[in-house]
Amino acid sequence: MTPLPAPFSDWFAAKGWSLHPHQSQMLARRADPALLLIAPTGGGKTLAGFLPTLLELADGTHQGMHTLYVSPLKALAADIRRNLTGPVEQMALPIRIEDRTGDTTYTQKRRQRADPPHILLTTPESLALLVSYPDAPRIFAGLQRVVVDEIHALSESKRGDQLMLALARLQTLAPGLRRVGLSATVDDPAAIARFLARHPDDCAILQADPGPDPDIRMLVTDQPPPWSGGGAAYAIPAVLDQVRQHRTTLIFHNTRAQAEIFFHNLWLANDDALPIGIHHGSLDRAQRERVEAAMVAGQLRAIVCTGSLDLGLDWGDVDLVIQVGAPKNVKRLVQRIGRANHRYNAPSKALLVPANRFEVVECLAALEAVKAHDLDGDPRGPGPLDVLCQHILIAACAGPFDANALLAEFRSAGPYATLTRAQFDDCLDFVATGGYALRAYDRWQRLQQRPDGLWQLRDPRSAVLIRQNIGTIQDSDLLKVRMRGRGPALGEVEESFAASLTPGDTFLIGGQIVRYEGLREMTVEVSRDKGRKPKVATFSGTKFSTSTQLSHRILRLFQDGDFSALPDHTTDWLRLQADVSSLPEPGALLVETFPHDGRQHLCAYGFAGRNAQQTLGLLLTKRMEALNLAPLGFVATDYATLVWGLDPVTDPAPLFDPQALADGLEGWLRGNAVMKRTFRASATIAGLIQRSHQGQRKSGRQATFSSDILYDTLAKYDPDHLLLRITRDEAMRGLVDFGRIEEMLTRIQGRITHNILPRVTPLAAPLLLEVGKVPIQGTAQDRLLADEADRLMQAAGLA
Amino acid sequence: MNVFDFTLAGAKLQALGSGALYWPDQRLLCVSDLHFGKAERAARHGGAQLPPYETHDTLTRLEADLAATGAATVVCLGDTFDDMTALHELTEAEALWIARLQAGRRWVWIEGNHDAGPIQLGGTHLAELPLPPLAFRHIARPGASGEVSGHYHPKARLRTRGQSLSRPCFLLDSDRLILPAYGTFTGGLRSDNTALSDLMRPEALAILTGAIPRPIPMPR
Repeated sequence: MTPLPAPFSDWFAAKGWSLHPHQSQMLARRADPALLLIAPTGGGKTLAGFLPTLLELADGTHQGMHTLYVSPLKALAADIRRNLTGPVEQMALPIRIEDRTGDTTYTQKRRQRADPPHILLTTPESLALLVSYPDAPRIFAGLQRVVVDEIHALSESKRGDQLMLALARLQTLAPGLRRVGLSATVDDPAAIARFLARHPDDCAILQADPGPDPDIRMLVTDQPPPWSGGGAAYAIPAVLDQVRQHRTTLIFHNTRAQAEIFFHNLWLANDDALPIGIHHGSLDRAQRERVEAAMVAGQLRAIVCTGSLDLGLDWGDVDLVIQVGAPKNVKRLVQRIGRANHRYNAPSKALLVPANRFEVVECLAALEAVKAHDLDGDPRGPGPLDVLCQHILIAACAGPFDANALLAEFRSAGPYATLTRAQFDDCLDFVATGGYALRAYDRWQRLQQRPDGLWQLRDPRSAVLIRQNIGTIQDSDLLKVRMRGRGPALGEVEESFAASLTPGDTFLIGGQIVRYEGLREMTVEVSRDKGRKPKVATFSGTKFSTSTQLSHRILRLFQDGDFSALPDHTTDWLRLQADVSSLPEPGALLVETFPHDGRQHLCAYGFAGRNAQQTLGLLLTKRMEALNLAPLGFVATDYATLVWGLDPVTDPAPLFDPQALADGLEGWLRGNAVMKRTFRASATIAGLIQRSHQGQRKSGRQATFSSDILYDTLAKYDPDHLLLRITRDEAMRGLVDFGRIEEMLTRIQGRITHNILPRVTPLAAPLLLEVGKVPIQGTAQDRLLADEADRLMQAAGLA
Repeated sequence: MNVFDFTLAGAKLQALGSGALYWPDQRLLCVSDLHFGKAERAARHGGAQLPPYETHDTLTRLEADLAATGAATVVCLGDTFDDMTALHELTEAEALWIARLQAGRRWVWIEGNHDAGPIQLGGTHLAELPLPPLAFRHIARPGASGEVSGHYHPKARLRTRGQSLSRPCFLLDSDRLILPAYGTFTGGLRSDNTALSDLMRPEALAILTGAIPRPIPMPR
């Protein structure tokens, strides 16, 4: 073990601390070009990351920036600054530490560029902005280390891809730069190592002691979970019991809407008035910060939360994590469990609360996976090209560039290691000329090639606009919600939700029921309203699909037929299903057909996750329409798709023909809303659409038009355009998730178990209760519109 | 052709689902706010390079409406060009296309706020066109009657079960008609904006564009 020099050894001794093995390993290997540390929360990860920096800066000789710290959360950057400042002051080290995020003042930012601190703590977006300045070479000259925190989260998103492109630029500016990644437990550390390191550098992976296995169980309730739905209201008394028995409980939900409903119901039943708070990404920042502060101060007994607390601050005293709703993904579950008991070497305690009968099975499968340390992860493809387009613009803002050098730099970023020349040229062409088949913008190129071969902005003033649009986070159209009459801001709702409100409607936000009063200057004005049944606001939170691996576990559980670990109500239900029909199994696709309520139903248990089952529903109904089977609608869950129509399906096999499904996808994708949404995100990142700013929106929207029009125009006149190709790739992996349909088709190898039944089966019954039924579009929408228009005219006495 | 029939100041008119207005007695087709060259204007100003197909797409739709109605007179109700530079930068093919559409027809360019100036393509250039009982101008004038105008790009939102639709629309009351923007790259102003709700009478209708034009009480 490397002995620590004087101020450090004394400081550790004074604290009564000693170095964890992984902390000394990090010190010993600090000269490595790249290092990845996998450690559970509470494992002294941050110190392990910063100790080499503090040591190297201790003699006060380093000039300029030494270490850059990047985290996905602004709050984390600020928190780390406070946590680092303590030891630095106590040891009287000559080190200046500052953070720089979207919240940093303009003057502070100016000063930081002129005189960079030794340690700068920032976010991927703020860093991308920094490297876009012409003086970036001066700011980052002499940079020695970069520490990427929560890299497991960043590596799954475009924010991470953007960060790696920025690091590639930093590496060019400061060739001696060493990279360190700090990660929670993950399924595939090697993938994250490749993501982090400069390609093709090696990256050693250091594993901290993961600590004891968590104590994790399913919450047992007197009342069985309902057949469908996601609210888990049935478990409120049992959850309150648990809150009472623990110091501090985090109650995780999969969606913001569910968190709001649960919180509301929890308070209706909270007879002891236990202090319970709510925290999610759509709440106003001030309100979130209050909850965080109360939590740190130990004033709250529980927080109902979403993914907004997946990352970040050390909460200290959490001794129980409750996951409401199926965990969907084992890796995230394990990371959430890790939020409990941040003391090293104490087992975390967690409870799973299935929201409905089927989720009981999924929870059991997840418990087994956690016990087996079997984490899941769907490997991410190569870095997306929309982010690359944005980075070409960023490079151009910083100054003229050589295309070959830029390509080489991009390829040194892990996610873009396999970038081809042709892909790069496409992106450059798109950024320079728009990349249209019709060469329209030769005079008005965005980038121009100079006589010396370097590329530069045609109009240097456009750099301002480009900088305003840096970033890959998509804020959908959100409207602020505020109490009427200069009241406090409560949070945000989607514009489409606000549009569905009429004055007098009530909805839940931040755990309060509020009454919609009206829309004023892009703000939803509300007033307090007690005791009415509220609507549920839709929030733009991510909806996760159950992972492939977890779905396979559920199928194997069915196949093994050992239900002893399940509660009786669930066992009985599955037994009944096995008796009247059969249970789904890994090697075949179970398809049931039965009449119900005057309609013919078909239920396909694909276990491909919500998005893929949804896509399957769209493709099946399209095929059925072509075969004159008159489908009327469908509904999809993570496990199955239920289609209903006028005529029975007698032979399902042709419906599931892989080639026919793929062909159907081609045609269907074009006009699809999912594609338009995906297009909008990619087009914004790639710089085709400017982010709308509040001010512009206020001053009349006549000037701006919907991105759908751009999509339609491109699809009509330039179907092979780069952005449409990007959109297609994204949708196939994301919302359309056709990959998982293909995976399912490969798994079943054409084997279909078709059970023709006289009535709805136990497994299919919950699907009839599911919300989110999709009517078949086409003439349907116009008919709907006609009905509503007639009704309104009648009501107004105009017809 | 699906149309919505109505009368304004005694003139029998038809709202087309495309957003064009047809006056059968005069064999007159009126379109507003074509905004040709909008994409190029954005590129010229150093912004994004939007798909350069909007002029082509707008002309395609206009040609289809001319064929369907057999109109003998065409009134472009202003803001035909996104700015005067856009007018000069029409491609040769586009200028020829317009000339082909003009052949054998009376063609009137009404001046708009984006294209206030003479248009050197064929046809007549006017500040406004009186054609009793109607008057065609770009921006509605409070107090006028029998007036057909554009400018505002009105759109209306309609809630149906479970979803909300937003469509460009005509606004109609006993005094005036406001046309939706016909150009492909045009946004809209919600009918509940005070600029529109102050202008239109309380009993005004919004005629939604789409495959079949449909009237609803103007949302405000």
